Amino acid sequence: MILILGFAFVLMAIGFWGLLTRRNMIKMVISLSIVDTGLEIGMISIGYIKGRTAPILDSAVGIAQAVHKVVDPVPQALVLTAIVIGVAVNALMLAFVINLYQKKKSLDISDYRDMKW
Amino acid sequence: MIKRAFAFVVVALLLVIFFKMLMLWQPHTDLSGVAREYVAKEPNQLGAVNVVTAIVVTYRGLDTLGEVSVLFLAATGVALLLRRREKKEKGMKRRPASEFLNTGTNLLIPFIVMFGAYIFLNGHLSPGGGFQGGAVVASGILLSLLVFPRFSLNHALMNWLESLAGASYVVVGILGLVLAAGFLDNRFLPLGQYGALLSAGAIPIIYTFIGLKVGTELSGILENLKEE
Amino acid sequence: MNEVLIILLGVGMVVAAIAAIYFKNLVAAAVAGGIVSLFASVVYLVLAAPDVAMTEAAIGAGLSTAIFLYAIKKTREQEVEND
Repeated sequence: MILILGFAFVLMAIGFWGLLTRRNMIKMVISLSIVDTGLEIGMISIGYIKGRTAPILDSAVGIAQAVHKVVDPVPQALVLTAIVIGVAVNALMLAFVINLYQKKKSLDISDYRDMKW
Repeated sequence: MIKRAFAFVVVALLLVIFFKMLMLWQPHTDLSGVAREYVAKEPNQLGAVNVVTAIVVTYRGLDTLGEVSVLFLAATGVALLLRRREKKEKGMKRRPASEFLNTGTNLLIPFIVMFGAYIFLNGHLSPGGGFQGGAVVASGILLSLLVFPRFSLNHALMNWLESLAGASYVVVGILGLVLAAGFLDNRFLPLGQYGALLSAGAIPIIYTFIGLKVGTELSGILENLKEE
Repeated sequence: MNEVLIILLGVGMVVAAIAAIYFKNLVAAAVAGGIVSLFASVVYLVLAAPDVAMTEAAIGAGLSTAIFLYAIKKTREQEVEND
């Protein structure tokens, strides 16, 4: 439906704004995870068909007429993968932030300019 | 100031692109393409009640193998970055939790782990599966990490469990290649009766290995982040 | 009924996301990120995706928030505790 797709796009824009304007490294990681969440909501809402039910073919839905009764299952499979990878990447980014903090005791990204090669 | 204006221009451009995408999009009214094939052919070919499980484990099985590898890589990276250089033996400055919390956690943790195992064993019959079950088991271990100040996982056991689960997943895939039609094909075990617990060929076995691997990996990440 | 639910949840998510990037206290920002995941999980249920809702609730609203809180704890100035 169009309504939730609009909300997903607004969430992604808020996440990008937070990523570009915040200086605290942990805030940047939180903003990136909000972008991920917005994108996943967008993907699921594209696969939704009005008036249909979840893609589980038990006795309530029936096998023969299932093609006319379930929503699209392919975006759901992709989003399942995306959520788990999102949390793995968040954990790795936070491990980097902790490691950087132990070197210089500061969470501000503009204190790390001299680490360029 | 310039940085703020630049960020504003970028986000405004992004919003314009999103708005155009929103205006040009029509909601679907029927399944089409690959999704139609999957929903129409899946009960007879693979025998799983949950179509999303069948897609994740067999039709798109290589993507799941890649995802398990990415998770493994992230867990290894976290363990590598946060390892302690020297053994700092600070005294335990954490008070033990209250009696209520101790008893409640002792009662709840077996049920949480059992519930997680139930979720990944029933992945092909109802909403659920390896990732959800593994996450529930990891949250049970998070509870015990938070409540008991001296709780620590047995690192050797966790490493063995994780590696064995990952290797068994690939071995089951190769068995599918040798005994049935392709890599990660689940038809080398009999399909059984539609809707029973031991049906859908090798899908419960694959999801059990995935659930064990994801559960131990997430617990390892949490424990590495906790150590001080 | 579905439309009303989606509007309420969507507004809640947007407000929580704006709060997550504007709070000064880092713990409050992490909890606001967890609230975004929680509302997203209910939206998935309304959109007929129970598998994804379970995954998002277990991983996004539970473990991800716990990982953020552990990271915040390890990057604060360590006060001396004379407990």
